[in-house]
Amino acid sequence: MDIQTLTYLFVGGSFALYIGIAIWSRAGSTKDFYVAGGGVSPIANGAATAADWMSAASFISMAGIIAYSGYDASVYLMGWTGGYVLLAMLLAPYLRKFGKFTVPDFIGDRYYSNVARTVAVICVIFVSFTYVAGQMRGTGIVFARFLEVDVNVGVVIGMAIVFFYAVLGGMKGITYTQVAQYCVLIFAFLVPAVFLSIMMTGHVLPQTGFGATVLDSAGGDSGVYLLQKLDQVVTDLGFTEYTEGSKSTIDVFFIAAALMCGTAGLPHVIVRFFTVPRVKDARISAGWALFFIALLYTSAPAVGAFARLNLIDTVNETQYTELPEWFYNWENSGLIGWVDKNGDGAVQMRAGAPFEGKPTYAGSREEAKGSYGERVLTNAPTDNTSEVYIDRDIIVLANPEIGNLPGWVIALVAAGGVAAALSTAAGLLLVISSAISHDLLKKTLMPDISEKQELLAARGAAVVAIVIAGYFGINPPGFVAQVVAFAFGLAAASFFPVILMGIFYKRMNKEGAIAGMLVGLVFTFSYIVFFKFISPELNTAEHWWLGVSPEGIGTLGMVLNFVVAFSVSRVTAPPPEHIQHIVEDIRIPRGAGEASAH
Amino acid sequence: MKEENARAYWAANLRLIFTYVAIWFVVSYGCGILLVDELNQIQFFGFKLGFWFAQQGAIYVFLVLIIKYAHSMNKLDRKFDVHED
Repeated sequence: MDIQTLTYLFVGGSFALYIGIAIWSRAGSTKDFYVAGGGVSPIANGAATAADWMSAASFISMAGIIAYSGYDASVYLMGWTGGYVLLAMLLAPYLRKFGKFTVPDFIGDRYYSNVARTVAVICVIFVSFTYVAGQMRGTGIVFARFLEVDVNVGVVIGMAIVFFYAVLGGMKGITYTQVAQYCVLIFAFLVPAVFLSIMMTGHVLPQTGFGATVLDSAGGDSGVYLLQKLDQVVTDLGFTEYTEGSKSTIDVFFIAAALMCGTAGLPHVIVRFFTVPRVKDARISAGWALFFIALLYTSAPAVGAFARLNLIDTVNETQYTELPEWFYNWENSGLIGWVDKNGDGAVQMRAGAPFEGKPTYAGSREEAKGSYGERVLTNAPTDNTSEVYIDRDIIVLANPEIGNLPGWVIALVAAGGVAAALSTAAGLLLVISSAISHDLLKKTLMPDISEKQELLAARGAAVVAIVIAGYFGINPPGFVAQVVAFAFGLAAASFFPVILMGIFYKRMNKEGAIAGMLVGLVFTFSYIVFFKFISPELNTAEHWWLGVSPEGIGTLGMVLNFVVAFSVSRVTAPPPEHIQHIVEDIRIPRGAGEASAH
Repeated sequence: MKEENARAYWAANLRLIFTYVAIWFVVSYGCGILLVDELNQIQFFGFKLGFWFAQQGAIYVFLVLIIKYAHSMNKLDRKFDVHED
């Protein structure tokens, strides 16, 4: 069977599975729709959280980013896992005890204010839409690469699938589909990783193969550690050493903190912990989530290192005409570009960009063929010796081909990429729809609607959210790639401190919380907008405040939020008695009735 | 009495959180970022130690911390008689 047929089979089979689960787990009540009835086992919730959390970016782009930037990419590995420690200890168990449906629910009730609730709703919608647009695009791209359909057709197919199980099943449908999607995506990621590890080092586990010695071409032990060899190879070509960093320590510190606190403050992650039955389940469920995430996150750096070495081995100094098939295929897809600066017909990989910008071609290969058969580029070449552009997103998608793995592995990776994108999109859409139907309609604007009407409104809001997300997927605003900083920065600067103080500082009142949230938000928002959109030419270390990049500024926004909230709360009236009782109550795991009886 | 018990439970919980957050900070920000150059002088199997912490070790420690915390809290819940079911 050819790869194309296999891919249709794998992706189609996984879709049939998701739809089957959706029909089996329809939502009958608002509780089903918002929190899956509250009866999800901690292990299932852990797997669902992992799928929810790991987006197309984690699956497709992360290993590639690591391959290209080595140690510097560690900040993503630590930043996107460390937040679960904070969740498990500082947020999840208490929010579970609080026992409501959404994050704005907690903020509105704890700070006895519809203003606070509304600010939270706006943040939820903004953060989630930023994120979801990229997911829809990701689905479209995977479809386009592997099934040779138009990107936009891919987006529409993705929309239809999510529509089916998110609108029908709500959180309940999403949770069980995400469990299935996790299985698909982790299998798809690990199979090529294990293959590569065995091929290069003889170790089955990528995590240990990564620190082992490389095999020589005859399959014997060469006695050289993989990372040593990699450091050697890349420095010979003029790149910075793989295991050493090039970013400033202070910036790395701030970025890591923004990612960790942002993770702990992202509404679509927090809300997952409302679905487990007990407080103790919420704690251990965060552990399961991190376990499932760690399977991918500890393999990804190994895949990055293997791929970098493999890529240089295969491509560098090879005659263009003798390159393997995948090189030409990805050149056809526009993700590889080669310009023969020294006229020797061989590909030189060196530090620095080979030409300005992303590759643009004079025409298709047939229309504009260079002297070695390569696609002719129209980009202005730079004056260094670097000749080839290889998009980092290729690393994971092309790894099976680079490693000469069987066709079914390639098909599996396609199904995994789609699973990663769809599961994250569905989780985000649910958070958007519940913010609108529950927090905005039921709790603020129309408190008299019945449960049935609210459920209908939730489904309606999910439909509207999917259509808008699909629109952004088809017509991506130019800034999509740059706004990831937004989602994490804003979550870190708004939700994280406000929820934390709501639990750990009984004296925190609505004046303090609202002031803190607004200051944190406005500061972070303005800083990112200034450097990313208003004056992108100033976006360099010497212009940054305290040397902190827009990616890490959420940490400063968070500190400001804490300081302002604390100061304002000291000079205004303490929260009413019953609110202080709520805080005492959420600190104790046992049932609400008993704890408030004293 | 009940209120005192709740207060003692909360203080014990805060002590645990403080300890674990401190470890969390040391492995990630300490070993993985601030002290990475010093630790990189030490070889750990095929890794430089600082690099290993940043790309592998910190994540393993995070996982152990959550499991330990969940376990300790279950014991604490029973000890102060605030556990569920």
